[in-house]
Amino acid sequence: MEKILEVRNLSKKYQGENDEILAIDGINFYVEKGEFVSVIGPSGCGKSTLLSLIAGLENKTIGEIYIEGERQENISENVGYMLQRDCLLEWKNILDNTLFGLDVRGELNAETKEYVMNLLRKYEIIDFINKYPSELSGGMRQRVALIRTLAIKPKILLLDEAFSALDYQTRINVTNDIYRILKNESITALMVTHDISEAISMSDRIIVLSKRPGKIKSIYRIDFNIQNRTPLNCREHPDFSKYFNSLWKELSTYEGKDIE
Amino acid sequence: MKEKISNERKEYLFKKKRKKLFIFVTQILILVFFILLWETLANKEVIDSFITSQPSRIFNTLINLSSNGLLKHIVVTSYETVIGFLIGTILGIVIAVLLWWNDFFSKITEPYLVVLNSLPKVALGPIIIVWVGAGTKAIIVMAVAISLIVTILENLNGFLHTDKELIKMAKTFNCSKTKILFKIVIPSNISTFINSLKVNIGLSLVGVISGEFLVSKAGLGYLIVYGGQVFKLDLVMTSVLILGILAVVMYGSILLLEKFILKVRRV
Repeated sequence: MEKILEVRNLSKKYQGENDEILAIDGINFYVEKGEFVSVIGPSGCGKSTLLSLIAGLENKTIGEIYIEGERQENISENVGYMLQRDCLLEWKNILDNTLFGLDVRGELNAETKEYVMNLLRKYEIIDFINKYPSELSGGMRQRVALIRTLAIKPKILLLDEAFSALDYQTRINVTNDIYRILKNESITALMVTHDISEAISMSDRIIVLSKRPGKIKSIYRIDFNIQNRTPLNCREHPDFSKYFNSLWKELSTYEGKDIE
Repeated sequence: MKEKISNERKEYLFKKKRKKLFIFVTQILILVFFILLWETLANKEVIDSFITSQPSRIFNTLINLSSNGLLKHIVVTSYETVIGFLIGTILGIVIAVLLWWNDFFSKITEPYLVVLNSLPKVALGPIIIVWVGAGTKAIIVMAVAISLIVTILENLNGFLHTDKELIKMAKTFNCSKTKILFKIVIPSNISTFINSLKVNIGLSLVGVISGEFLVSKAGLGYLIVYGGQVFKLDLVMTSVLILGILAVVMYGSILLLEKFILKVRRV
């Protein structure tokens, strides 16, 4: 399989007021085309830093990041980023919100607009394009945010705790919804989350980071062997709790050490 | 089809309406009572109308608006206020944008702005007169001096508190700083702008009146000072009354502008 993203020996050091903080240390991994990979780890382990580095929002200290074999510096053209909140602009209508990325990148033309219109049609937003974000439900807003990101045709999509601002019920539905869209559009994705079950239900592989400084502790391959896999039917699969238990144990060893 | 309204709801709405009306009527009655009391006491010579003036005399002065040049003074004050307001607001917002743009410069100017903000600007009156001359210019400069620093501080604060996540979102699309300013920061701060408009219209009026106290040969501030010096309390009271009306009209137009902006921009 073709590697879309490759991270080699990535480290990030922050200069704090009183001391240096090594946030992540020597991270190596890759994401293959069409894969869904999650990163989990104890809070403060540098998960979000990792995504910011890959997106080029922050400067790395050491290491290299390749997207389709091309070395990335600065903000990457090829990366889509979904934040914790949908970050829709309340003063723009839904259509203008989905076109925002194309607009600021100066890529808005008849062809790209048609591509967005197609996505809007396909994922049932088309009737709402003249509405404003405040008139939409949380799940719909998240879908609009996804279309805004997909509009720029990213080679890889980064999800930074993208569902954690939603309530539990909505969250389950939204992950299902987003997963369906990603698979439909064959999008390669890398997700950071603190929710073990969310990671299991969506991912092909899960990368477990250690406590700060974040290092890769282990990589789990998640394989449910089900046709038309969805996050929901994964949750119902008997193997789900098996994966959950081993990941939970792996993460809680750190919590335990904290208490000592 | 009209929706059916339950009796409880009817009663609730009726009570609410009645209470609103009651408050309004009471407010009017208090005003009427106050004016009548003033008039009566002055007529019965319980209070000296030479010092306190009286409603009928104020009314007479108002009636003779055009003959006694009152209209000219109103125009002068309004003109100075509007010019001072526009300069103070626009300049303030432009400076706030520059300070937002350059973090280094903003850090350097911070203590100076804080000191200037707490300094009573009226104290600068004599300096302004010496620098720009005793005239309309000095009055406008005074109005600008009073509103400028507040505008800068308030808008800069608004800009700096723009939702960080929105800016991060824009950055993921490789948004330049100019585009972040025009597409995220300014639209996010429409309510801050409107707020400064509301504050500034009042402050400009304060600046203009205190300026007119110091230097002018025309304007309501001048009339008040002049009227006080020659003990024409009718003139002073009338000017104060007009000033009050002027302030309400100006504030009202800002409220109308706000309604319009919100309708267009949907914030």
